[in-house]
Amino acid sequence: MPDLGLEVLIKGNNLGRLLGGLWIAIEISLLSIAISIPLGILLGILMTRKNRLIRFLTKFYLEFIRIMPQMVLLFLVFFGTTRSMGWNLPGETAAVIVFVMWGTAEMGDLVRSALLSIPRHQYESSESLGLSRKQTYFYIILPQTLRRLIPVSINLITRMIKTTSLILMIGVVEVLKVGQQIIEANRMSSPNAAFGVFLVIFILYFVICWSVSMTARYLERKWS
Amino acid sequence: MDFAYIERVLPLYERAAALTVQLGMEGILLSIVIGLVCALILYEKIPVLRRIVMIYIEVSRNTPLLVQLFFIYYGLPKIGIVLTPEVCGVAGLAFLGGSYMAEAFRSGLDSVEDIQRESAYSLGMNRMQTIHYVVLPQAVSTSIPALLANIIFLLKETSVFSAISLMDLMFTAKDLIGLYYKTTESLALLVIFYLMILLPVSIVGAVVERRVRYAGFGT
Repeated sequence: MPDLGLEVLIKGNNLGRLLGGLWIAIEISLLSIAISIPLGILLGILMTRKNRLIRFLTKFYLEFIRIMPQMVLLFLVFFGTTRSMGWNLPGETAAVIVFVMWGTAEMGDLVRSALLSIPRHQYESSESLGLSRKQTYFYIILPQTLRRLIPVSINLITRMIKTTSLILMIGVVEVLKVGQQIIEANRMSSPNAAFGVFLVIFILYFVICWSVSMTARYLERKWS
Repeated sequence: MDFAYIERVLPLYERAAALTVQLGMEGILLSIVIGLVCALILYEKIPVLRRIVMIYIEVSRNTPLLVQLFFIYYGLPKIGIVLTPEVCGVAGLAFLGGSYMAEAFRSGLDSVEDIQRESAYSLGMNRMQTIHYVVLPQAVSTSIPALLANIIFLLKETSVFSAISLMDLMFTAKDLIGLYYKTTESLALLVIFYLMILLPVSIVGAVVERRVRYAGFGT
């Protein structure tokens, strides 16, 4: 049996450090999704407006965010704005900003299609009952869309967790970076650490994303 | 904007874009093949293989490409599998894309009604002929929009290739920012080059989607 470099993980607190790195990635995605949900609902409502200018602007925003690789967005915020605005943005903040921008766009599109799937008579009936526009959205439309939204937004969470692996590239010390550090530190004692460490990271990501997407699938089946 | 600088680095970006497109295309072609094979295995419910395909799809869909690439590029050489960065990139992209393509083909295959298959059997066609002449043509035409969406997704995913020292657009931009500190120009070029690659595909996708909506059979 070849040396798979797994013994590095039980040395010292290495596994704990890896999990800590993973937690940073998860924290960033949970924080971003928590901010994106309300913003996304707002964007989704804006996107169903009849106003041409609003529709054009929201569509443009959505398409731009969609077509750019997330890595490019990260670079734009992390390197681009620090240079042009002259501030010093930590990688974590830049990551949250990018994921919120992206999450809002994706969420907005999901909200838009959920809103459009609500039959028109729901709007008309509530209007004929004398509810104001705000009341209509708040009491009639949003409760119905939320239920359709929850499974798809959970899917968005898994996509976000997967995408957080990219923040390594803007200098955030997350699980991959911690993995590299462990490999570097144990270069002499266990030269094959790269296999074991990256395998474990692979499995960690899989376990987390898989359980989240299983939950989404379960909810989708239950509520459809 | 420093246009002299832009002119100077433009060839670097062109070379990087060519690499991005080339590796992207190779990975996409491979992933289409993998996806089609996997979808057919699921469709025909071939015993053992079906389980393997299902596990593969779950694993590939629930892990980030960057982690897959790190494992292939840094991990595998330790057990004796040494691949060049190019091969790693294409292999990683195909591993990731295969499952997405399989899902796209599967929904296309599912949309073909049972009666089509049954009719083909009653005309005396065998399993291969049924798949080839009856099921696939209908399934593929309905899955084209999903395939194009996946192609855009995979082209975007190539941006992580820079992590395994492939000189793609991201790598070039980061390298130039580090060398000359012309952040604005380098990032502007990066955005423009990605738009030049992705926008045409996305427009084709929108047009095709509108067309294909009428090509479905009996819907």
